[in-house]
Amino acid sequence: MIKLTTPLTEEKIKDLKMGDNLLLTGTIYTARDAAHERLIRLMEKGKKLPIELKDQIIYYVGPSPAKPGRVIGAAGPTTSYRMDPYTPKLLDVGLKGMIGKGDRGKEVVESIVKNKAVYFVAIGGVAALLSKCIKEAEVVVYEDLGSEAIRRLKVEDLPLIVAIDSKGNNLYEIGRRMYLEKAEDNAYLD
Amino acid sequence: MRRIECKDIISAIKKACMDANYYIPEDLVSTLKKRYEEETWPMAKNILERIKENIEIAKKEEIPLCQDTGMVSVFVEIGQDVQVTGGSLEEAINEGVRQGYMEGYLRKSVVKDPLNRINTNDNTPAVISYRIVPGNKFKMLIAPKGFGSENMSRLKMLKPADGVQGVKDFVIETVERAGANPCPPIIVGVGIGGTFDKVASLSKKALLRPLGERNKDEFYKDLEEELFYKINKLGIGPQGFGGKTTALAVNIETYPTHIAGLPVAVNINCHVARYKEVEL
Ligand code: SF4
Repeated sequence: MIKLTTPLTEEKIKDLKMGDNLLLTGTIYTARDAAHERLIRLMEKGKKLPIELKDQIIYYVGPSPAKPGRVIGAAGPTTSYRMDPYTPKLLDVGLKGMIGKGDRGKEVVESIVKNKAVYFVAIGGVAALLSKCIKEAEVVVYEDLGSEAIRRLKVEDLPLIVAIDSKGNNLYEIGRRMYLEKAEDNAYLD
Repeated sequence: MRRIECKDIISAIKKACMDANYYIPEDLVSTLKKRYEEETWPMAKNILERIKENIEIAKKEEIPLCQDTGMVSVFVEIGQDVQVTGGSLEEAINEGVRQGYMEGYLRKSVVKDPLNRINTNDNTPAVISYRIVPGNKFKMLIAPKGFGSENMSRLKMLKPADGVQGVKDFVIETVERAGANPCPPIIVGVGIGGTFDKVASLSKKALLRPLGERNKDEFYKDLEEELFYKINKLGIGPQGFGGKTTALAVNIETYPTHIAGLPVAVNINCHVARYKEVEL
């Protein structure tokens, strides 16, 4: 199993290939729909962003509330395509990785290639398991957004899959095609 | 006349909201286990293993299986010899949801207005439907559902001439378009017939049938099996990365319809298919 640490430099990204299973350790940020919209609005006004995005990773997650004595509640990925309109703009200012679930649009894939970035997938719906890999969590900004606030997370061995690598290879297309070509027995005959 | 107290309804709903989000029904656990054993594609098998692990962790530590703890649908079946006392039934149900989501540390995912989008901060209101039946029983089915899969659901008013082929094409097309977004493996609920609104509720009802139970009508049982086969043949696989485990079940519910119409609805549920039944 590949071990990856933040920050996500170009050097590290070069070695990541579509379909790699890896464990991520380090600092990442959370943001989903509402936080993305605010970041983009700041950029449009020429204002400074509340977080430095260079070589960073954004995790698309709106966690459930933490029970007393816990760092965070359940924390699995949300569907990524809703962030597609914003993502290229963030990649252009240095963001290097996104964690979510589901396929991305053509413009996002092109921007991933252009900016030498990477799209990771965390398994959707295994939020209890993923929350165990989060060791620290603090709200950085937009506390009023509640679950959707931007948080800084310290993660340890967070299990991820490289879904779109920096060359634009897309596991959503290729993985399924490879399966259909190779699997001899590809359906149930119950 | 049998009396049921609102306060008992509140506490039953509260507990059901929490339980549904922490514990997966047994039929789903055993279906996932079977599919895991039968899956041969390595990436797919890996993902199914994580899904099984997640079920264990959520149960042991009483944390939600998924961070999207959903919007709550409540299906009430109330005997006509039952009288609800001590308040309004609808308010009692919503109070139960409120308490369950607050005290269970579940995510509040409901906005008060679909366009102005201010969070209600307590996950209310629930979407409630009532059915009056003979007798003095009082049953509630509580089903929180996430929107990753709800957003991939579709409805179409087909022409009668489109026939069974039209229905099949629409179901397959819906699953294909959904791809990885509803967190496959999925459960596919299909409603056929009724009216525009009825067919949507049929498809939702189809999702709540215990896994492994087929439609009692031979024709629709065969149709369920055919669609199940075809959907799994698509090769979408767990999370959309390929594999033979795309659907865990295809359930069809039907209702009489108008001579001029053939409504069909497809409601998709993810592998975190939550429901809890309680009887008071
Ligand atoms: S679709 Fe289901 S499993 Fe996936 S994030 Fe939504 S609620 Fe969770």
